[in-house]
Amino acid sequence: MLTKRIIPCLDVKNGRVVKGVKFLNLRDAGDPVEVAQLYDKEGADEIIFLDITASFEKRNIMLDVVKRTAETVFMPLTVGGGIRNLEDIRQLLKAGADKVSINTAAVKDVRLVKKASEKFGSQCIVVAIDAKRSEKGKWEVYIHGGRTSTGIDAIEWGKKVEKMGAGEILLTSMDMDGTKDGYDIELTRKFSESLNIPIIASGGAGNLEHIYNAFTKGKADAALAASIFHYKEYSIIEVKEYLKERKVRVRA
Amino acid sequence: MIVIIDYGMGNLRSVQKAFERFCSNVIVSRSAKDIQKADKIVLPGVGAFKVAMDELEKRDLVGPIKDSIKNGRPFLGICLGLQLLFSESEEGGKIKGLDIIKGKVKRFREQRGLKIPHMGWNNIKLNAKCSRLKAMNEIKSGSYMYFVHSYYAAPKDKKVILCETDYGGNFTSGIHKDNVYGFQFHPEKSQGAGLKIIENFVDL
Repeated sequence: MLTKRIIPCLDVKNGRVVKGVKFLNLRDAGDPVEVAQLYDKEGADEIIFLDITASFEKRNIMLDVVKRTAETVFMPLTVGGGIRNLEDIRQLLKAGADKVSINTAAVKDVRLVKKASEKFGSQCIVVAIDAKRSEKGKWEVYIHGGRTSTGIDAIEWGKKVEKMGAGEILLTSMDMDGTKDGYDIELTRKFSESLNIPIIASGGAGNLEHIYNAFTKGKADAALAASIFHYKEYSIIEVKEYLKERKVRVRA
Repeated sequence: MIVIIDYGMGNLRSVQKAFERFCSNVIVSRSAKDIQKADKIVLPGVGAFKVAMDELEKRDLVGPIKDSIKNGRPFLGICLGLQLLFSESEEGGKIKGLDIIKGKVKRFREQRGLKIPHMGWNNIKLNAKCSRLKAMNEIKSGSYMYFVHSYYAAPKDKKVILCETDYGGNFTSGIHKDNVYGFQFHPEKSQGAGLKIIENFVDL
């Protein structure tokens, strides 16, 4: 049986792991390759690097980080942040990424999802959706790292990118991100029930029960967390033991 | 020399790095000559079946691949590389494959609660006869491997099934016939157990 995935996410800026709340007050949290190795040892099911390097000139640093990671870590690696076109995707995959996560560029031109999945295969095209609650039971898509509203309904957008060939959705709740109050369960469940591709729940993980709820109530296929792992509040091993005791299938 | 066949599909770097842990002479190549000289051949790959077959044909690699298999050289197909070994695939119509293993490549049927692609860690159930294979040395039935695919191969002759995996029912996740091995999962992405399979293949 397929197991639920636990995915630590690393925000990477200028080649270093950083951590802050909503991209503010960034603190240095180490070398991404070393952190990835640690998560690998602890039994993470995948790793996501999110490149938040602002300047275009410094983006090659990320390619180097991906290369060095792929040399030592033999588990799936997804890279997102600032991907604009097929050439960006090609370079990341060539450097050793297994999947790429597209956000703003997909909203600006949804054909990128179609072209990318046709060229590289759906299995490596993740569409990241930053969703913010609008009216009751509705969510709106935000882009540019959550700074710009689009007026697009998040669920409809999810269905559209699925049709265009996305292989997976990385679904971040803007309302819960950074709060540590738990994932937006309603949003996660709506997505999981409306789409037929895997959903990664993201934004709000603060304790073990939150992750449990994302899988059981939210019906997520994978749960992403950043700070609880970075600051060693919980290890991946602890998360998996907790889930296993409560009959959620995880890879031991 | 181990040759990893480059036909323009997917990320070969992680496959190469995984093999280099156990063998110093690993090359990624698209040349028929290298395939002819190789002691062992790896056909990796992600992406679409038809595009992959077109690329192999365009590069005149189909003949050399078939010859080296006929000559008994150990051969490993990974993911799409496993599927290409089969007679045909329903991905993109009805597309002919290398026809080394008789059977068809099919898409997972839509059913309630079954997400497609099948993505993540799932366990393999080893066929009892195969657990003694050198290629499966120290690999336990129930081991978790990393999968990411929407199609699976259904061999005509059940005897070639090395292992199966349950995703809305059992499907063939590994095959073995003489010197040919194929896995639907990615050993190069499956941490310890996956690397052990690669080491075993290097040691064949």
